Amino acid sequence: MPELTENIVFSKERLEKVEEIIARYPEGKQKSALLPILHLAQEQFGWLSSKTMDYVAGLLSIQPVEVYEVATFYTMFHLKPVGKHVIEYCRTGPCCVMGGEEVYAHLRDKLNIETGQTTEDGLITLKEVECLAACGWGPCFQIREKYFMHLDNQKVDEIIEDLRKTN
Amino acid sequence: MANNIKILTKDIGTDGLESISVYKKLGGYLGVEKALKKMSPDEVVEEVKKAGVRGRGGAGFPMGMKWGFLAKPEGVPRYLVCNADESEPGTFKDHYLMMKNPHLLIEGMIISSFALGANKSFIYVRGELMYVIHILEKAIEEAKQAGYLGKNILGSGFDLELIVQPGGGAYICGEETALLESLEGKRGNPRNKPPFPAVKGLYQCPTVVNNVESIANTPWIIQNGGDSYAAIGIGRSTGTKLISASGNVKKPGVYELELGLPVEEFIYSDEYLGGIRDGHHLKAVVAGGSSVPILPAELILKTAEGQPRLMTYESLSEGGFVSGTMLGSGGFIAMDETTCIVRNTWNFTRFYRHESCGQCSPCREGTGWMEKVLYRIEHGTGNERDIDLLVDVAKRIEGNTICPLGDAAAWPVGSAIRHFRDEFEWHIKHPAQATAKGAIYSKSVIETLA
Repeated sequence: MPELTENIVFSKERLEKVEEIIARYPEGKQKSALLPILHLAQEQFGWLSSKTMDYVAGLLSIQPVEVYEVATFYTMFHLKPVGKHVIEYCRTGPCCVMGGEEVYAHLRDKLNIETGQTTEDGLITLKEVECLAACGWGPCFQIREKYFMHLDNQKVDEIIEDLRKTN
Repeated sequence: MANNIKILTKDIGTDGLESISVYKKLGGYLGVEKALKKMSPDEVVEEVKKAGVRGRGGAGFPMGMKWGFLAKPEGVPRYLVCNADESEPGTFKDHYLMMKNPHLLIEGMIISSFALGANKSFIYVRGELMYVIHILEKAIEEAKQAGYLGKNILGSGFDLELIVQPGGGAYICGEETALLESLEGKRGNPRNKPPFPAVKGLYQCPTVVNNVESIANTPWIIQNGGDSYAAIGIGRSTGTKLISASGNVKKPGVYELELGLPVEEFIYSDEYLGGIRDGHHLKAVVAGGSSVPILPAELILKTAEGQPRLMTYESLSEGGFVSGTMLGSGGFIAMDETTCIVRNTWNFTRFYRHESCGQCSPCREGTGWMEKVLYRIEHGTGNERDIDLLVDVAKRIEGNTICPLGDAAAWPVGSAIRHFRDEFEWHIKHPAQATAKGAIYSKSVIETLA
């Protein structure tokens, strides 16, 4: 689990990226860069602590509360520490029609945790999300940018074993 | 349908289509060449109007007319924003199109931005599709290198910068004013209208918001003419439509079909969904994304008057909400007899409760209330007044919110009760049976009802 370090600072590459992102928008509209930069922050720090959000507010010259209200609105942002991998499992209708609930029960058994929890070794956090726009390829879940689709119990086992091996 | 025409997906399957060299070899960017070199912006708008293409995101509003509303005050920038926040359960067509054929969307964005006089345009993609964002950004870089983006494109004097913006996981941002708020770096709270985005949109400037699929049609329209596009389809349902099919069919996936295809052919022919999985039969269909009314098999295949139902805006909505539904986003969810309508309705309602932005009390409170009532019915503790209570709550949400999420939450509940009331009653009167593992409701169960 990523530690909450005293110094929340973007790497040099990310700071360059931040400048490039801010330059996309008209002058004075740098707040538009907030969502892309929160994604960058989460990529580096794993989750968004209030310290991280304050740091992002400083980068954009906006009030910290403007960052908090956004970060708490959008479900992709983790507001608590998470495991090394976050499984975001689709719980919405079409996936369920295709057997998603049974596969999800199997996944929870396999990990021996419930929704919202992290495995003891800190490797995997399990979250439920709404429709991932992959309904015809369901059941599905996502780990960071990668989609895992056409899931069944066996496939779930293989994916989890792979994650455990590459830890 | 005699001629199986493909406008958006004809090249999908070609190796390397995501690269500009392959896309160009197949005739890509000729639409941009034609529009920027040989046409005026107004002529482009005129062709799109003639094409009669209707908004493919779900509302079905004519695209050319929407363009026509754009205010053009002197010295004020105008914006085009592509809505790629595809989040309506059952819908994954834009995901598919952008992943497979990114340059088609980019070409459409260039043509559309030229038509509207926008020099900075945005593609707002749901954040979960970060890998698609990378595909689009790479394609944009290629287009820039090839001279299709940037300053003075093809010597036309037209400048365009194209920006891909990630969302953060919020269904509501598919609503166009919520999307604009989000693009400004705020919570996705829909705005009160008027003013409409065409007058005051992004940064309070005139803005057009169009769906991915709508914009992706423009290269073909420019190349072949609006009249040729309008000749495809039936009546006011012109052109082709991407349908993303899921559920208990043999071949779920994304299909491009000419509007007017009979629903029965779409479900049962081998060219499309190949029928329902073996040993099962069709029970119900949600034809246009989770928000549209659910219909039982008999009403999706034929209208109440016994006419074959067609995949068009008009035919699917025939009978109004009494016996019809909507084409919506084209998210086609087919359910066989193993799907419990009560459970599915509870699931959809939980979705809307989760996604309500919370601004309007009827939606914020109503979705949560409906979810609780549906939960207890599904879990065997419902009471006899619950069904009427649900209908009442749904009616009080509908039409009483500033954006359509309220309606979208109310319709699935109202329609499920309208068409499957006996299944709700079965859950309430015979909870042990109804909640037993593997319980399947059938017509013969009606006889066991008191």
